[in-house]
Order: sequence, then C-alpha cells, then structure tokens
Amino acid sequence: MSLAGKIALVTGATRGIGKAIADALAAQGAKVVGTATTQAGADAITDYLKTAGYDGFGIVMNVADPESIDAGLKLVAEQAGAPHILVNNAGITRDNLLMRLKDDDWADVIETNLASVYRTSKAVLRGMAKARWGRIINVSSVVADMGNAGQANYCAAKAGVEGFTRSLAKEMSNRGITANCVAPGFIDTDMTKKLDDKQREAMLDIIPAGRLGRPEEVAAVVAFLASDAAGYVTGETIQVNGGMYMG
Amino acid sequence: MSTVEERVKKIVCEQLGVKESEVQNTSSFVEDLGADSLDTVELVMALEEEFETEIPDEEAEKLASVQDAIDYIVAHT
Repeated sequence: MSLAGKIALVTGATRGIGKAIADALAAQGAKVVGTATTQAGADAITDYLKTAGYDGFGIVMNVADPESIDAGLKLVAEQAGAPHILVNNAGITRDNLLMRLKDDDWADVIETNLASVYRTSKAVLRGMAKARWGRIINVSSVVADMGNAGQANYCAAKAGVEGFTRSLAKEMSNRGITANCVAPGFIDTDMTKKLDDKQREAMLDIIPAGRLGRPEEVAAVVAFLASDAAGYVTGETIQVNGGMYMG
Repeated sequence: MSTVEERVKKIVCEQLGVKESEVQNTSSFVEDLGADSLDTVELVMALEEEFETEIPDEEAEKLASVQDAIDYIVAHT
C-alpha cells in the first residue's frame, strides 16, 4: 500500500485522529501537510513528522474561514504541490440539547464540520482531475447515522458530509478520484475526554468490543482508502466503532 | 507562435482524447466529440489556463463548439 510520491493534506492534524492519520499516511511514504488553527499547532505537526523521520510539515489553516483555506492551499501548492489525497478531519463539537442550542453553536458546527468539506474538496479537485487520480476521505461519525441527544448540530453536519461524499463520488469517479467517509465510533481522544464518567459508562455499555477505539484504528482505514488498493471503493462510509452500530 | 485556433484545437484534443482530424471548427463538444458535463468543465479550465483568462460560468455555458471557444478567446484576450 505504498503512497510514495503522493501528497496528502490532512486537516486538524495536531492531535487525536488527525494526528494518527497524518502518521499513517506518512508511514506509507506520502508527503503529509497537516493543518492546525494555531502556529504552535502547526509547529507541533512539523515536529512530530520530523521526529518520526517522515516527509511533511504543518501549516496554519482555519477550515471555518474561506480566506484561510485559500491561503493555506496556496501555501501547500507552493511548498509541496497539488494534493493527491485530502483528508477532511478537522471538526468541533458544541453540544447542547436542541432546546438550549444557540444559533452560534449551530452555525459554528455547520461551518467547521460541513462547509469546510465543501470548500477544501472543491479546491483540490482541479489538481486531482488533471492527475486522473485522487482520494478524498472525510471523517464522519457514527452519530451521523445513529443520532445523538445533545448533538443535533454535529449529527446534521456529519450526515451532511456523508451525503456530500456520495454526490462527489458520482461526479468524479470516472476521473480516478474516489470519495469516501470513515465514521469513527467512540475513540479515545481529547474530544471524547470531555464526556463525564457517567456518559462514558453509558457509551461503553453499547459497544460490543467493550473498549474505546484507538486513533490508529481509524487511521488504518483511512490509509487503506487512500491507497491504490481501494480504487474501486467510492461513495462508501466505513464504520469503525467496535460494533456499536452496524447500519 | 501558434494561432488561437491551433491552440484551442490542441487543448480540445488533449482534454477530450480525440484526434486532430476529428476536430472541425463546427464540431460540437458534446454532440460531435463526445464530451460529458465534467469534460466541458475541465475543457473550460484548460482554456483558462492556456490563455491566462477567467471565463465566467454564464459565458462558459455558451461555449458549445470549437468555433465558440475560438471566438470567445479572440474577443477576450
């Protein structure tokens, strides 16, 4: 599954699943550009890639800001080249019951988790179409299908990403470009650390595997979808959730 | 230096994978040269690059034949 010679752009690569994805793609030989919202975050990405002996670096890009995306992609083109692989991983949560959800909580989550996927995907398509090869992999969530109390905004955004991905797959497949989602379940990251013990226990009760997933277990599926071996898989959402939800 | 017509035809051949002998000025991209909707979008992007110009969507939609493209480029570059 070598990705030698490929350029990969991974959003939200400072920590958690994004970091594991950046590592996994770089380990296969891809040159990885990881994005972070701060310079410190970008430096941390450059650091961990260099320390591991991988090719790549971090850049500052706020996926909720179209201008920042434009500037970031320009930088990627200049310093690395046109991406062959795009992993839309950056995401936020602003959880609350719908009756208490603020307009900003709704708008921020839709912008960062859904609109960003539209923007970054559109921006890389031209290069991929020219190369007649491309991989767009969007990190969704098990709750896109399941629903989750307190996450109407997040679930709407992630379900939106899955629908977007299927349309993109239909449009671009005859150019050698695939588009897929990976839908993590309950993974041990800073995002899920926000949950209290009671919520954690309730989650573990419904996971047949009886444990949280590791970021590397999500990254391995992303690495497969990015490979040549996955060239005939498109428009698909692969669940990585320890059996918590099986569609 | 090639003429606009030659350059346009070269791009049409590259983008649509057709032979130069098949490309007439009157050729329609879709009906005669077998372009699908994505091909026409890519063709316009390639023309924009070659001639260093921006073709607005509403103008791009009107470019149905090789001659349309040549006329547009001559008028706008």
